[in-house]
Amino acid sequence: MATSEASTTYKKIQVRRYKPEENPEKNYLNEEKGLWAWLTTVDHKKIGLMYLASIAFFFLVGGILALILRTELWTPARSFLDADLYNQVFTLHGAIMVFFFLVPSVPTVLGNFVLPLQLGAKDVAFPRLNLASFYIYLIGALFTLTAILTGGVDTGWTFYTPYSATTGGNVIMMTLGVFILGFSSILTGVNFIVTIHKLRSPGMTWAKLPLNLWALYATSIIQILATPVLAITLLLLTMERALGIGIFDPALGGDPVLYQHFFWFYSHPAVYIMIVPGFGIISEVVSTFSKKIIFGYWAIALSSLAIAFIGFLVWGHHMFTAGQSSLANLVFSFLTFMVGIPTGIKIFNWVATMYKGSIDMKTPMVYVMIFLFLFMIGGFTGIMVGALSVDIHLHDTYYVVAHFHYVMVGGMVMAFLGGIHYWWPKMFGKMYSELWAKIAAGILFIGFNMTFLPQFIMGSQGMPRRYFNYLEQFQPFHQTSTVGAYLMGTGFLIVAIYLTYSLFKGKKAGPNPWGSRALEWQTASPPPLHNFEHIPVIINGPYDYHKPMSEFQLGVASKHNGHHAEETVDVPESAQEKA
Amino acid sequence: MNRLIEYMLPPAKSTLAGETDALFAFINISSFIFIIGITLTMLYFAWRYRRKSDDDVTPVISHNNILEITWSVIPLILVIIVFSWGYSTYMKKISPPSDAYEVRVVGKSWLWEFHYDNGNVSVNELHVPENRPVKLIMSSDDVIHSFYVPDFRVKMDVLPNRYTSVWFEATEQGESTVYCTEYCGTAHSNMLATVHVHSQEDFEDWLETSGGSGEDLPPVERGEMLVQQNACMTCHSTDGSRLTGPTFQGAWGSDVPLENGETVQFDENYVRESILEPNAKVHQGFQPVMPSYAGTLDDRQIDAIIEYIKTLQ
Ligand code: HEC
Ligand code: HEM
Ligand SMILES: [Cu+2]
Ligand SMILES: [Cu+2]
Repeated sequence: MATSEASTTYKKIQVRRYKPEENPEKNYLNEEKGLWAWLTTVDHKKIGLMYLASIAFFFLVGGILALILRTELWTPARSFLDADLYNQVFTLHGAIMVFFFLVPSVPTVLGNFVLPLQLGAKDVAFPRLNLASFYIYLIGALFTLTAILTGGVDTGWTFYTPYSATTGGNVIMMTLGVFILGFSSILTGVNFIVTIHKLRSPGMTWAKLPLNLWALYATSIIQILATPVLAITLLLLTMERALGIGIFDPALGGDPVLYQHFFWFYSHPAVYIMIVPGFGIISEVVSTFSKKIIFGYWAIALSSLAIAFIGFLVWGHHMFTAGQSSLANLVFSFLTFMVGIPTGIKIFNWVATMYKGSIDMKTPMVYVMIFLFLFMIGGFTGIMVGALSVDIHLHDTYYVVAHFHYVMVGGMVMAFLGGIHYWWPKMFGKMYSELWAKIAAGILFIGFNMTFLPQFIMGSQGMPRRYFNYLEQFQPFHQTSTVGAYLMGTGFLIVAIYLTYSLFKGKKAGPNPWGSRALEWQTASPPPLHNFEHIPVIINGPYDYHKPMSEFQLGVASKHNGHHAEETVDVPESAQEKA
Repeated sequence: MNRLIEYMLPPAKSTLAGETDALFAFINISSFIFIIGITLTMLYFAWRYRRKSDDDVTPVISHNNILEITWSVIPLILVIIVFSWGYSTYMKKISPPSDAYEVRVVGKSWLWEFHYDNGNVSVNELHVPENRPVKLIMSSDDVIHSFYVPDFRVKMDVLPNRYTSVWFEATEQGESTVYCTEYCGTAHSNMLATVHVHSQEDFEDWLETSGGSGEDLPPVERGEMLVQQNACMTCHSTDGSRLTGPTFQGAWGSDVPLENGETVQFDENYVRESILEPNAKVHQGFQPVMPSYAGTLDDRQIDAIIEYIKTLQ
């Protein structure tokens, strides 16, 4: 891998040193004011914040639905919902959490906000397209909300045929919502890929790309390649329901298992859309708070790409009991284990980064530790369900419910929280209460495990998922889980409160409260509308903690803003760029 | 650790359950070692290398190829072991011995029907002999269901457009629960059945005496038998108590209030419709969870049930 340096040539650039302003008068938040300016902004930072608001709203809705489910499950029989309503609630909870919260969460909020900053760019490559993605997301959401309010949907977020082709409710509206949403996802992916290719500031070679961007890059590839398959599948489903064309429904001559193949061909890669951006955050945070160069830069960067590619080849592991051939099961099981390896490599590299570091246990770092622990449990239980004979027993039980919540909530949501706490000072220029943040993290950690650990046990004992009623023997587990869910709810509430409070009363953050070397910290907080006062010039990697801070604050000297060149530096330029 | 793993699993009552459990235990134990090991390392580093001053200088340790290879290859070997082990047991799980006793299974929303080689039918009760391989040949009349017996560690989806099969050899007499594990709508979580494992003789007795068609019985007795065989009694009582569905006692001739506000007379046509198309008219205050018996019960059988319900005054 070191060869990438060998092919580097150098170019001389005249630079001046700068220090980011401590107390910027103008920043992106106060430069264009008013609702209209927000709604029509093409600034990636504002769009990121608009996504943040929408996503927080959907997380709230999904979370309330989760609490409704857990409350109903307090007793084995009916408590306060009837079966049909329960089925609608778990469908909506799953669909909202996956499509409207987790898939867009990190890329659209933190990706949008941070990506151009980390590149030293003024914005993403296509700012208008970026705004369009946001509105497409909203339109998709509107469709889905309409579907909920006009009849509901009770198919599960997986929309399995033939059930979804025959049940009542507003399935078409809902799938159209998800279909539209897909375009938002694809456009964001395209935008990010082009931005990373084209808008890197002088000196930022591929080898100096922050790992967060490698992760977003890998995610964008998956988004672009997998989402169209979901779109087609949902369109076929709609054609079947609306026009009676037989594709998946055997009553019309279709094949229901074909649907499952199509669906998981998207939805398994989507699992990686939901976790890989989290990996990016962890890499940034570990290095910053260990104040140490990241261990195994290329191992981490390339394993994201490896996961993205192998992730396309394992969809069949959702169908081990669906009647596919034993050969297919053999191949899918094997490939599933192969995705485990690059994931393991990442974990080892992150832990190795901490070795001999100077570790500051600030809130983002606390979330990294929580992430690592919970994500490991999610990963190892993934090995469990990847093993054919064992999955025959565990498939579609609460064991699987626990497994994917460990990955999605224990992994991605914790990484997202880590990222929010890490970049909050950059976004708003304010610090939150460290004490409350740690208390909330503790509550979330305990609540999370209390909710989902018992589900591993009852699942192994045979408790199936999507069950409105259950046998009495499982009640203690369900009750523990429900108490845990309320504890988690409390944790999230505390987070919402102190973060909101910090906006009004928080201490000023300063440009670089964590002493990070990464580029986004070398500008004011909140950043100016165009991110940097000077086009940054990069001569060091984002994790080079052994180099002095001043080497990270170089800008292109330009005549028009009256500066004279103060010095000249050699800036690496990778071979492909000259071409 | 072993105690915990035993606690996590239901009793092992089939020949292949033990093998599945062994792999379950192996993965649990090795994962446990890894998780604890990595977590302790992480916590140790966090404490040992905690920040002492903001000017701390850290060494430049950027990568180490030997380490990268080590922590790729060791997990690789482990997962290959797990993979092969899982695959070999799986192959046994899908390869029934040729002398297996065959039972035909039909899943439909929301009941399980079992057809035996002598023409017997049982609903929501599967009767099988002990220590003899049993192969179930399954299909669905409507959407996808899945046949799951935790005690035997077997599960297989039941599809509308083709046959799937599952086999097991029960090692202990007694009862085990069957669950439907593919979401199939309103009463998915009520789509349960029981496997009764008998000794070989008891099983043969059962085949002889129960589950017959009862064509030669007088209608009322035949009706009573059918009501029991078809699991009506799990939802309808004959003594006035309220179960999932309304009681049959005193129902005949009464006015039935419906969910849509209308009332209907409880007569022959209503019973017939309730059995064949239960959700067409839903009794007020009840959930629309009764399975349709269209295709399961024929007209003569429905007549017998009607005669029987008439007697429950
Ligand atoms: C899974 C539970 C379940 C099973 C099994 C079941 N039923 Fe029902 N049945 C119900 C429910 C619930 C209702 C009321 C809702 C409705 O009208 O659909 C009902 C309604 C009826 C009615 C109308 C009664 C009324 O007062 O409105 C009749 C008649 C009936 N069932 C007959 C049968 C017969 C005969 C069988 C067996 C062959 C049977 N049911 C099996 C749940 C069940
Ligand atoms: C806040 C804590 C949460 C709780 C208490 C919770 C609880 C639940 C419950 C009870 C179910 C239904 C299980 C079943 O009946 O089979 C469920 C399903 C699901 N949850 Fe959550 N959940 C939480 C958070 C999340 C989050 C954050 C996500 C995603 C990001 C998520 C994604 C899902 C999915 C995809 C399903 C499957 C839905 C389906 O089966 O169709 N959950 N959850
Ligand atoms: Cu998958
Ligand atoms: Cu079911």
